[in-house]
Amino acid sequence: MNWKRLAPPLAVLVLWQAGSTAGLIPGFKLPSPLQVLGGLADLALRGMPPGHRLHVHVLYSLERVLWGYGLAVLVAVPLGILMGWSRRVRDWIEPLVEILRPIPPLAWIPIAILWFGIGIRSAAFIIFLGAFFPVLLNTVSGVRSIDPLLIEAAQMLNAGRRFIFLKVLLPGSVPSILTGMRIGIGIGWMSLVAAEFTGVRQGYGLGYMIMTARDIQRPDEILAGMLVIGLIGLGIDGGLRLAERRLVRWR
Amino acid sequence: MALHLEIEAIQKVYPSESPEGRVEVFHRIDLSVDPGQFVSIVGPSGCGKTTLLRIVAGLEARTSGRILLDGRESEERDRRIGMVFQDYALFPWRTAVRNIEIGLEIQGMPQQKRRSLAMKYVRVFGLEGFADKYPKELSGGMKQRVAIARTLVANPEVVLMDEPFGSLDSQTRNRLQDFLLRIWRERKDTILFVTHNVDEAVYLSDRIAVLSPRPAAVCGIFDVALERPRDRTGPEANRIRKEILELLHRPHTSPVTF
Ligand SMILES: Nc1ncnc2c1ncn2[C@@H]1O[C@H](COP(=O)(O)OP(=O)(O)OP(=O)(O)O)[C@@H](O)[C@H]1O
Ligand SMILES: [Mg+2]
Repeated sequence: MNWKRLAPPLAVLVLWQAGSTAGLIPGFKLPSPLQVLGGLADLALRGMPPGHRLHVHVLYSLERVLWGYGLAVLVAVPLGILMGWSRRVRDWIEPLVEILRPIPPLAWIPIAILWFGIGIRSAAFIIFLGAFFPVLLNTVSGVRSIDPLLIEAAQMLNAGRRFIFLKVLLPGSVPSILTGMRIGIGIGWMSLVAAEFTGVRQGYGLGYMIMTARDIQRPDEILAGMLVIGLIGLGIDGGLRLAERRLVRWR
Repeated sequence: MALHLEIEAIQKVYPSESPEGRVEVFHRIDLSVDPGQFVSIVGPSGCGKTTLLRIVAGLEARTSGRILLDGRESEERDRRIGMVFQDYALFPWRTAVRNIEIGLEIQGMPQQKRRSLAMKYVRVFGLEGFADKYPKELSGGMKQRVAIARTLVANPEVVLMDEPFGSLDSQTRNRLQDFLLRIWRERKDTILFVTHNVDEAVYLSDRIAVLSPRPAAVCGIFDVALERPRDRTGPEANRIRKEILELLHRPHTSPVTF
């Protein structure tokens, strides 16, 4: 553990707590760190709204992310490899991507609700959009950065197109794919919370939880919810980094 | 097993928008390699040695001319030709043994059988203890041995080698030369070997074709009728080396035809 790196945030926390205790920071706007911890305990034990406890919110959110993100990866990776491989496919798909990609995932929320209604399908759709493009673009660039000599080496060993696709292009672009997956889950996770702000049917989800806390004026629980969202994002990123290190040991 | 390789009137022009930008790499190359013969091509840098090998390999289109194997021209890339690339071209995500066995995997050999055959090559090539290392963990000489093993284990009948020892230090290079000769003596493949090192060509080959600068043509053919193992500095070797070097350094006017 690098204590030097931990010092600045700790200092901020101490100052913040001191400011709150001294009455310099209004608690109804910014509760103290200790109050946020109390809010966290309330979320975990009593729930917001009461009875809807934190871990269930987390599970619902994760389920939505898993669906949207999983679909995004399943579609974007093969499509990206095809695009990286075939000039013709690339020429067809690339202009479409260039039009759709700059639209922020959240701008899709109204149309998503119109198409899928309020619920897991529209939330998953938003996450899908957030994760899809980074995974796609990184896969394409991964395939295109593969040394053409490797493809020729496989050809000289009489490899067919199928073999080259599965055993040269796919493993060769794994590092880029994983990078894309890490960026994708980051964007997906961020989009999720916003998607949940605008509506969920089941009454569960971290975004929904935070909005409910705002409705009844519990800033401590809002901040605690934000904290949980950040920590889970950090955890997912760390997990993918670990997978990256294990999967691309050859690098 | 070994095949006769005939390179017949190969012309190669890289087209370009402007007529001056058009590059004629060679106007006409003729070269015949007998079954089981070890033939080297030497020539100045940029004269088109790699291009010629790639044309024979079927990786590059020729402008005109024919490539014949045992007298027959094939439409597509001939599956009996193998190639060792100058820069190893190993798959970085595969360990040494998995690089070696990839040709067998392509041929559809079952996992256990191909692994035991690949391990045999690992031993023959002196790579014991490195079978499970990734290419980045291997030295240049080891990588080159993996690359040669990978090509040979797939059992090609004509082996093309593009300056395989070009980037190695001279000791490693000499060791691998002897090693290649030993393996070739057992297999008796037809080998077409590119190098710009005249010593190497004289030490290894049955026959040496010298290319002139661009547009390249075969400007000399030397038969090296020396017993193996050869004396690198014997009088006959020195004589041939001297002749080749003189030919390479002479300003060229018209190519000699054979
Ligand atoms: N795609 C291309 N377009 C135009 N010219 C090319 C192309 N590829 C190669 N050349 C030219 O063809 C010539 C022959 O290249 P080649 O790589 O075959 O030479 P080489 O004899 O193998 O050289 P070296 O000894 O340096 O490896 C070079 O002058 C090069 O500039
Ligand atoms: Mg070359």
